[in-house]
Amino acid sequence: MARAHHGYHRELTRVTEARTLGRVQLRFFARYAELVGCTDAVVPISLPATVADVVRWARALPGGEALPERPLAAVNLRHARLDTPVHDGDEIALLPPLAGG
Amino acid sequence: MLITRDPIVVEPLLAETAGPARGGTCLFLGTVRDAPDDHGVTEIEYSGYEAMIEAEFAGMLAEARERWPDARASARHRLGPVPLGEASVAIVVAAPHRDEAFVACRYLIEAVKARLPIWKKEQRRDGSSVWVTPADRT
Repeated sequence: MARAHHGYHRELTRVTEARTLGRVQLRFFARYAELVGCTDAVVPISLPATVADVVRWARALPGGEALPERPLAAVNLRHARLDTPVHDGDEIALLPPLAGG
Repeated sequence: MLITRDPIVVEPLLAETAGPARGGTCLFLGTVRDAPDDHGVTEIEYSGYEAMIEAEFAGMLAEARERWPDARASARHRLGPVPLGEASVAIVVAAPHRDEAFVACRYLIEAVKARLPIWKKEQRRDGSSVWVTPADRT
């Protein structure tokens, strides 16, 4: 009985997650901004999602096909891997190869 | 505050890091240089993700403080157009002795180059401009 109860809740959670939509702020810099012709975009995204999902969205933009499949990225001002989860309201940045100094 | 859009003045950095217990001070300046055998550079336009630069640099300073607790560090990175011969970055570390000052200063400039979201576009003598990638210049 307890097992069935647990399974019911797991299923409910999965369905709920699949229907959650969020929006993230996407920022482009330097050469990447030139490629896509903008510096900011609001990305509607099905949650759960990762940085890689945002990259796929960006690469579908006009000019975005020239973005690398695995760019450097940041989430909320911190360097992030492509498998980093993103949440509603996050700020995601795609970073060209760094060249400070 | 790391970012400036004005020419870098080092005296404030020296003042921020000075102290009676710190007898060794290391100053690193990175300046825009020409590449006369290649294509010729007249200036470099620096741009960056400013909020992240400040956040990341605060973390780098905290790391340096943890590794060299008796040292004090300060830095500036210029954004916008930087003409040939002018500094784009300055890092000052003052420590009780020179070894710590040199090592911590080296640590910070390498971290600046590896971690800060800053980009540069070379303005060349022929009027063209090119984004510089780390493989092109170090």
